[in-house]
Amino acid sequence: MHTHFKQFVMILTLMSIVALGIVSLTMAGSLASFTGEKGTLKIAGGTAHIPVMKAAAKQIMQAHPDIRISIAGGGSGVGIQQVGEGLVDIGNSGRKPTEKEIAAYGLTLFKWAIDGVGIVINPHNTLTNLSQKQLQAIYAGNVVNWKELGGADHTITVYTRDEASGTRAVFWKKALGKGAITPKANFVVSNGAMKTAVANDPHAIGYVSVGHIDETVAPVALNNVIPSLESVRNGEYPVARGLYSNTREEPTCLTQKFINYLFSKEGQALVAEKGFIPVK
Amino acid sequence: MRMFERSFEKILFTAALLSASITLLIFIFMLVLGLPLFREGLFWDLLSDPWMPQQGLYGIYPMIISTMSIAFLGFLFAFPLSIGVAIFINGLAPGRIGSYVNTAVRLMTGIPTVVYGFVGIFLLIPLMRTILQGGSGMCVLSAALILAVVIAPTMILFFISSFKSVPNAYLRSATALGATPIQKLLYIVVPSSWNGILTGCVLALGRAMGDTMIALMLAGNAVAAPDGIASAARALTAHIALVIAADVNSMAFKSIFACGIVLYVLTAFFTAVLRLTTSRRAAS
Repeated sequence: MHTHFKQFVMILTLMSIVALGIVSLTMAGSLASFTGEKGTLKIAGGTAHIPVMKAAAKQIMQAHPDIRISIAGGGSGVGIQQVGEGLVDIGNSGRKPTEKEIAAYGLTLFKWAIDGVGIVINPHNTLTNLSQKQLQAIYAGNVVNWKELGGADHTITVYTRDEASGTRAVFWKKALGKGAITPKANFVVSNGAMKTAVANDPHAIGYVSVGHIDETVAPVALNNVIPSLESVRNGEYPVARGLYSNTREEPTCLTQKFINYLFSKEGQALVAEKGFIPVK
Repeated sequence: MRMFERSFEKILFTAALLSASITLLIFIFMLVLGLPLFREGLFWDLLSDPWMPQQGLYGIYPMIISTMSIAFLGFLFAFPLSIGVAIFINGLAPGRIGSYVNTAVRLMTGIPTVVYGFVGIFLLIPLMRTILQGGSGMCVLSAALILAVVIAPTMILFFISSFKSVPNAYLRSATALGATPIQKLLYIVVPSSWNGILTGCVLALGRAMGDTMIALMLAGNAVAAPDGIASAARALTAHIALVIAADVNSMAFKSIFACGIVLYVLTAFFTAVLRLTTSRRAAS
């Protein structure tokens, strides 16, 4: 009886070792390319990128505890500026860096996902669709009450992002058609902060990366097209942009491997899982 | 030994000189970097223009108004509160309660402002939204209320220490004359610690104007000048934080040096006013 138990334990141990082996084999893929690497990788910039950056960093750091990856926000402008000045290894931007920026800093661009920028309102608000004209009027401050759009009699609180935001740049160009933004608009500093602000304010209107839309905020259709993964992918929803990770001309080994990881099968799976459209 | 003492004195002197000169160097640094603005005669325009980057206007007039209104309103709330708490701790509190409150106040000075901002977003902002009707709840008033909580501990601690420095003989004489604790406070303690009260006020006001997180998180950051305490506003500090990410060569970026200079001059102005008033009182 006793020996039987021993055998049973032995088999169990063996089985778990094999199981672990299988897990690590499947994990191997491109995570294995980080073997032997150590050091710190600093990432900053675009706030739409953060969920994917965090997930990728978690995977890499769990498999390779010698690697430290730090992720900061700040907005696309900050990302481009800081990688250009050599303060970080990777500077993220939710817009394509301008020719001037690329030339001045000698940047290499990596576009690893496509993302839409969707209009969002509080879930208590029943509005479902806005025409571009209506949207422009709201952001210009010409329509100031939800009543004028068939909603409750209450002032619209307009939220926008700071000038360094890539999300703002794309929204302003493609959704507002470079229209005016009222000086009375409230400013928030990240996609996360925008979501929190709109989720907590029943009279809010704002815009976030489509990957950030969840049940706390309600997406609004623009010209009858709902911003979703599907409509961004097939090009029906026009307010879309690439998500870029930018490096100096000659990235270090670890930086290059991180970028490669984003383009690997696993990396692209993370991209899809976090609500963005993979490029591969 | 003498050698050692002398060299030590020199080291301390250098340290003091260094920290004093850094203050001046920062100002010179800002002036130099802001020089293009002065040279092109833009500086004075910036002080009166609105902020409309799309139209090529990078004025900081709305931010100056916002900083002043948030800081002064916050100060207005904090001052009576601080005087009250300081007096309470310094004699009116029964038993050991005073020392407990004192400990709590000391603890409050150590809490990072971002924590207050965070609490403000989730507790105060929804409340303000319902009270003020219309608007997001992020406004001058919200920021000023939280700012009052942030700057009050500084004032309270200053007030208490100056109350404590009132000579005991004065107090005993007053007691001998039959003064009640309240009379002693009003006629002896507060008047003879006037300098300490003023110092505390100016420090708190400086802190209120220099604080970034509270205004950034709670005032709404709208670029229009506020037309009341219920409207959103963008303080100079929050403006710098929001614009610093702009292209280094852009006019937007250059204009934030004007913000820095204005903040510096405002703070220096209030400190100077304090020094003048206190020295005049000391002289008289």
